[in-house]
Formats: sequence, C-alpha cells, structure tokens
Amino acid sequence: MKITLKIWRQEKPSADGAMKTYALDDVSEDMSFLEMLDQLNEQLNNNGEEPVAFDSDCREGICGMCGLMINGQAHGPVQTTTCQLHMRSFKDGDTITVEPWRADAFPVLRDLCVDRGALDRMIQAGGYVSANTGSAPDAHATPVPKANADRAFEAATCIGCGACVAACPNASASLFVGAKITHLGELPQGQPERHTRVVGMVAQHDDEGFGGCTNIGECSAACPQEIPLDVISQLNKDLRNALRAGA
Amino acid sequence: MTQQKTTDTTPGTGPEMTQTIDRPDTTDPGARPDLRPGSGDAAGYFLEGVPIRDGKAPSGPISERWGARQFDARLVNPANRRKLSVIIVGTGLAGASAAATMGEQGYAVKAFFYQDSPRRAHSIAAQGGINAAKNYKGDGDSVHRLFYDTVKGGDYRSRESNVYRLAEVSVNIIDQCVAQGVPFAREYGGLLDNRSFGGVQVSRTFYARGQTGQQLLIGAYQALERQVGAGTVATYSRHEMLELVVVDGRARGIVARDLVTGAIETHLADAVVLASGGYGNVFYLSTNALGSNVTATWRAHRKGALFGNPCYTQIHPTCIPVSGDHQSKLTLMSESLRNDGRIWVPKNTEDREKDPREIPEEDRDYYLERIYPSFGNLVPRDIASRAAKYQCDEGKGVGPGGLGVYLDFADAIKRLGRPAVVTKYGNLFDMYSRITGEDPYATPMRIYPAVHYVMGGLWVDYDLQSSIPGLFVTGEANFSDHGANRLGASALMQGLADGYFVLPNTIRDYLADGPFEKITEANPAVVAAQQDVEQRIAKLMSVNGTRSVDSYHKELGHIMWEYCGMERSEEGLKKAVGMIRELREDFWRNVRILGSADSLNQALEKAGRVVDFLELGELMCIDALNRRESCGGHFRAESQTEDGEALRDDAGYSYVAAWEWGGEAGMPILHKEDLVYEFVEMKQRSYK
Repeated sequence: MKITLKIWRQEKPSADGAMKTYALDDVSEDMSFLEMLDQLNEQLNNNGEEPVAFDSDCREGICGMCGLMINGQAHGPVQTTTCQLHMRSFKDGDTITVEPWRADAFPVLRDLCVDRGALDRMIQAGGYVSANTGSAPDAHATPVPKANADRAFEAATCIGCGACVAACPNASASLFVGAKITHLGELPQGQPERHTRVVGMVAQHDDEGFGGCTNIGECSAACPQEIPLDVISQLNKDLRNALRAGA
Repeated sequence: MTQQKTTDTTPGTGPEMTQTIDRPDTTDPGARPDLRPGSGDAAGYFLEGVPIRDGKAPSGPISERWGARQFDARLVNPANRRKLSVIIVGTGLAGASAAATMGEQGYAVKAFFYQDSPRRAHSIAAQGGINAAKNYKGDGDSVHRLFYDTVKGGDYRSRESNVYRLAEVSVNIIDQCVAQGVPFAREYGGLLDNRSFGGVQVSRTFYARGQTGQQLLIGAYQALERQVGAGTVATYSRHEMLELVVVDGRARGIVARDLVTGAIETHLADAVVLASGGYGNVFYLSTNALGSNVTATWRAHRKGALFGNPCYTQIHPTCIPVSGDHQSKLTLMSESLRNDGRIWVPKNTEDREKDPREIPEEDRDYYLERIYPSFGNLVPRDIASRAAKYQCDEGKGVGPGGLGVYLDFADAIKRLGRPAVVTKYGNLFDMYSRITGEDPYATPMRIYPAVHYVMGGLWVDYDLQSSIPGLFVTGEANFSDHGANRLGASALMQGLADGYFVLPNTIRDYLADGPFEKITEANPAVVAAQQDVEQRIAKLMSVNGTRSVDSYHKELGHIMWEYCGMERSEEGLKKAVGMIRELREDFWRNVRILGSADSLNQALEKAGRVVDFLELGELMCIDALNRRESCGGHFRAESQTEDGEALRDDAGYSYVAAWEWGGEAGMPILHKEDLVYEFVEMKQRSYK
C-alpha cells in the first residue's frame, strides 16, 4: 500500500522543529510500524537525506524503548506498543502523523527521540525495596496470598514507556507512579518503606514537572500493558495514609 | 582496514599459558616462537598457540569448591571500598545486579548502557523462567541434579566447577528476588509455583507469567536505582563503550561515545566489568534487541582478551516465522509453550497448503513425540530446532516459504479448558496474534527456529576474569557455564548468579591490591585509545559510498544463517569466510552514513556495531570450521550418527577454544583449554 507520512523533524534539543511530509510506496501490511519507518529511512538514505531518528530496541513490546504519537494517539490506534502495531491497522492511501511524546518532563533530543530520565529519577526516589544482596530469608519464609501476588504482578508489568504521560492532557505520570506503589504495596516485602516510598516518588513526580491527575483515564486507555486506573486510587490512598502518619 | 594500530600479541599476564612446547618459528612473526600453523579443517585459517588453563580453577570435592574460593578471595576493608572504582558496561541482569551489589558494598560504580534507561536491557524480554534447585516440589531435584542436567545439556563442553557453583547459588537468587518484591507466580496457599522447562524432568523453573525476565530485571533495576539515589552508582544512559583502555597490562577504563551529543569520553577505574550481553545479531535476524551488539567484548578481544567458543550459537525452536524481507527481528514464543503445545507437520507434502484443522489426526506427524518418546516435545532446544529444519528440508514445512511447523494447543484447550490456557500463556497468544494477524486459540501457531543466544563469549577464569587482568566478564558476554548448549531458564540464572553472587565475591580478590596507580587522561595508552575511536568514527563518516549500513548487516546475516547456522559444513564455512572478507572490504569502500558524528546519529551507531560483527563473523566461521564434531548447538554435517543425530568427538575436541586476536592482517590464534570431567561421566546425549 501507499502511505503519506507527516513526521516531526528536529535536529537537536535546542533547535526548532517542524513537520515534514514523505511519501512511501510499497508498504506491506505485515510490517510493523517501525519496520515501515525502517523502510522510510532506507529510502531517505538512498536519496541523500538524513534518516529519521526514533527509539526502539527489543521490538517485541516489552523493553519500553519505543513510543510515538501516531495520529495524535500514544502508540497509535491499537492498545499496544508502537513496535507491535502493524500496518494492517492502516489503509492504502492513509496519511499518518508521527510525533514524539509530548510532555515538558520529556524533552525532545532529536526528531522522535525524547529524554525519559524523569521516570528513572522517580524510581530512585523510593520505587524499590531496600534488600541488600545476600540478606534475604528463604523465599518460602513469607507466603503471599495469590490475589495479592497477582495484583502486584499486574501492576509490575509496566514497561516504563511513558505513553501514560503522553496521552494525559495534564502530562501526569500518576499511572506510572501508581503502578509502582501498587506493585510493592501488595507484597509483604514492600510494607516497611510503604510511606516513605509514596511520599518520595510523588515529590519527585512534581519536581520533574509532570502535571496533576484529574482522573480522565486516557493513561490507562493508552497503556500497552493495560495497567488499570485503580492504581491511581491506590496511589492517592497510600499518599493520604502516609501524610496522616506524618511520613 | 580501520586505523586501529595492530594490537600487541605478546601473551598477556592473565591466563596461565602452560609453556609446554618449544617449537621453531614456522609462521614468521618472529616474536612468537610459541605459535605453529593450525591443522585440521581450518588449516591455513589460524595459528595454534600454547594451551591455556584456568589459573583460578579450584580443586577438592566439588561441593566445597565455591566455599573455599570465597574464603580464599581476599577481603576489602569497607572503609577502602569507596576509594575503589569499577566500571560496568551493560545493565541487563548480569550488569544491573553487579552494579547494585557492588554499590551496596560501598564501591564507587559507574554503569554504562546504550539505551535511555537501565531497565531496557534485553534481559527484559526473557519470557519463560529461571531455574533454581530449591526442590520445592519434592520431585527429586537437588543442586547436584541441576549441575548434572546443565553439564549434560551443555553436551559436556562446560567446566564442572563453574556449573556446580551456578547450581549452588541458584537457590540464593530466588530468595534475593523475592526479598526485592519480584512477583513470581504463586499457588493458592501463597507459596511459589514451579514448572518444568525444556530438556529436564523436574519442576524447578520459577516464573512470572511469560514475563519472568522483565520482573527479574525490574528487581535488579530498582536495586540499581536505589544505589544511584544513595550516590554509590552513577549511570551513563545513551552511552556506548567503543574501546577498552589497557594500561601496563591491566584494564583501567573505557572510551565511550555519548550517543546524544556525539562526545567521545574517557572513563578510568580500577577494574572494568563487561556485562554487555550476546552477539546473536551477527545473524541480523535474531530474537535479540535491535541494539544488542558485540562491540564491547570485541574491542576487548582486540586488546588481548581471549574469545571462547565463538561458534556456539543457540537456535531457539519456537519463534514466529519470517513474514517477508522487511523483517527487522524475530520474536520468540517461550518454549514453556512446549509443555502443553504439540508440534507437528503434515505427513503428506500435498497437505501443506490445507487448513491445519482439516488435516485428520492420522495424517499428522508429531515428529518429536515419535522420534524422542521419553522427552517428546520437551527435548532440548538444539534437538528441537534441527528436527524442525529437517522436516522443512523434506518439504513438509508450512506457511510462507515452507519454513514453519505447527505448534498446536487444541488438545490442551480441550484438556485444561480455555481459561487455564489464557492464564498460562495469554500474553504469548496475544503477541502471536498481533504479529501474524491469526488467532492461535482457533488455529495452530506456526513456529520456526531462530538465533536466540550465544554460549560463546569472552574467555574467563573461575573468578570471571578475562585474560586481561582487571577485566571481568559476566552473563551472556562470557563463555563460561553453558557449554555447547544452554538449557531453558538458565540464562536468567547465570546472569543473576554472576552479578549478585559470583562477581562481587571474586572481584574483591583483585581489588584488594588497589587502588592502583593513578592514571590521567594524558597517559599515552589512554590518548591512543581515545584517538583510535575518533579515527574509526572519522573514517566511517568519510567513506560516503552508496549502501546503507543495514544492507551490509542484512547480507552478513544471510551468510551466517546459511553457512554457520543450524548445520555447518567444511565447504560451506570456507565459502562463508571468503564471502565475509569480501563484504568487509566492500563495506569500507561503499558504506554511506549521512549526518554528523557530533549529534544523535543512529546510522553511525549501527555502523560501528556492524564493523565489529563483520570481524566476529569470520572468527565464528573459523571456530566452527576447526571443530569437526557436533556438540550442542554446533552441528557439523560431517559428524553425525547413522540416524542423523549429533556425534561428539571427545577425543578430538573436549576443549574450550580460546581465540587470541591475531591482528587485522594476521590469523587468529587458538589456545586450547582441556575440559576434564571428574564428577559427571561423559555420555552421548540421548533423549529418546
């Protein structure tokens, strides 16, 4: 099929960017969206034009490195990662707009690549269990009810891609923080630091320039891992409890 | 070719070369009377050096060796640790766990990774699980059995001491991960669940649905970020190591490129750890991440680190088949699917195009169950992969190009019910359906083997130290524990064993001599390493030819898959070496990289990696050519039994092939490390 692409091009963080239009013939519906961009880059290279920079790594939907706004939707029309979106979701003759994640906390580095270091810094602010190597008791020492283990797992599947932030009109990272709070809060190992974790992560969230949550739910609707919106309720509840306890 | 100066090939002070021979110089490089022309199939392609042995290899009862080594390894006073600096390259399981642990212990750690976050490393994609000899199921498992299975599974080409240690610390890994909050699958009673996994008959695999690697890596990543917060670890995202700095025979740092600004930076330290993963992407199409590469280890190899068993490649049997030429990567379907799925092809070639659901039971060949009745669909990966290849070679393959076999869940859905299948494999089925556009609940999946893992890597001793003092190598990047074939769920085990428990205990023996003499960036060796990198990049940018980097990478991949893939032959490998040499020459004449070197330039990043793959590919073929036996993932057409099974040659090849860089114009130099089995009897593997 034939596709027209409108792509954000920006040479460096400090440069002004602009949308550029490219025509691509001979796109197969079995291609992933990123393989289609590979083909565009091969074509640009042959024409002596610089390829479009975009991030991707595992290309199997789990590393969280890829992420594009496609026709205004984070990761495009299907609820999956950009690398798992296939061209069979588009039609011959379509025009597709491709932009980087849009959020103040994710500055553009070049073209479609952004800096998501803010997500790592929120983890540094408390998104862990302090358990030095070698200090652990036997794994069966503390049974965990299956329901709690399952909810912890569901929240822990977050891939840190940032789609929740990009989809949110406020550019809030509450789904990301809530997923971590829920993951560790459901497990006995996460209890000792439960209060300091939520206070630390929320403070970092606000310092990074992410917006506040107004319960719109775009984040969860765009999340390729389908992290449920109730992790944000959990986040708010944990934060209230922590603040009441004076953490 | 590159403007790298040829590396000094004087034997390093690292591996203990047993100087048993005193041969006349027959090969010219006058300085090396220890070399003689290689013999056998690869004669004319390599030189042979003196044998090598593991100078740190422990002795005594096997179950006491690791304890003894931990006691003998010198300690570093906690107050001195912050004065000792360690560079770690790569933040997958083997790197992140090592960085976190060394940070917790108080060392000054710098961690480098090419991705934007340490959590992106490709360990994240491991699906099936992690082995540990916990015997929580009471089904007869033990440390000794895990050790035995791993030695056997590796086709008797790994070191007994290393494998035993791996099995021993496996139990600590699970404890550590649970303490970090890794949400492993649990039973209703709240205890951990286990499943059995490719190639073994006990249930010792811990898992977190089909995302075990992700959960383990997030555990290690969080521990790492905690240390970043505590100030013991500094992370360098979007940085790629491009050269190793060796000063006075010791690894003292790296040269890295900041992939955003293009700045070439030198970082110095008391020791360097490479945890940079495997090199399966030499085949272009593999299950590795797109960015996975050999550059860190290859650059160390060129600086004198020996490369162990480069030809040992694992081809995974259950991947989604190729759909067309646009394909950029292959996607693995966890082999846990083989626990419940049944693999078959049509008996009659004319049924290939038929809807599989309409092929009656009697016209299906469940060939693994037929040929290997006791293991059936659970035979080790190498055997399952070759069996699929043979079915397709006979014209029974299904799907595009006839390169696929069915993996059928109809029986499992009938037996367990659809909800149980969804719980166990839901995410894998979803992934399959997204990629292929087919519904695997309704129609059998199609699978085909793909390059997945490399058992080869930098040679290390029992301490995980390479042949360059101060250079340590962990995880897939080293050659050590899997022999010629890795069992399922053992990569995660090895990565975390190395990073959490082995390296932190062995590297201290080296660091106890530090801090080493302070060196500055003005040191001639440092300046030379930095200049080498700058010149290599300038040269790449200046070729300005007509072909894209990807087109070269693709062509190299075709050569490797065709001649150095599932079945290798003398004729094919010789042909491949010639083709790779031509391709390499053409690359340096005709590659085209647009843009500049002082900005984010993904084509330039790829070009640097392809340069190293082009050299590695040749060494892999030479190693495969030399090893005229079939063992594990390495199958030589010339060495098979009458019924087509792999035939090992223990008399001829029971050794680790440790290759020394012979210079760009020279030939690689083979050092053999004999493998001795005291505790496991060497048998021809049989899964029948």
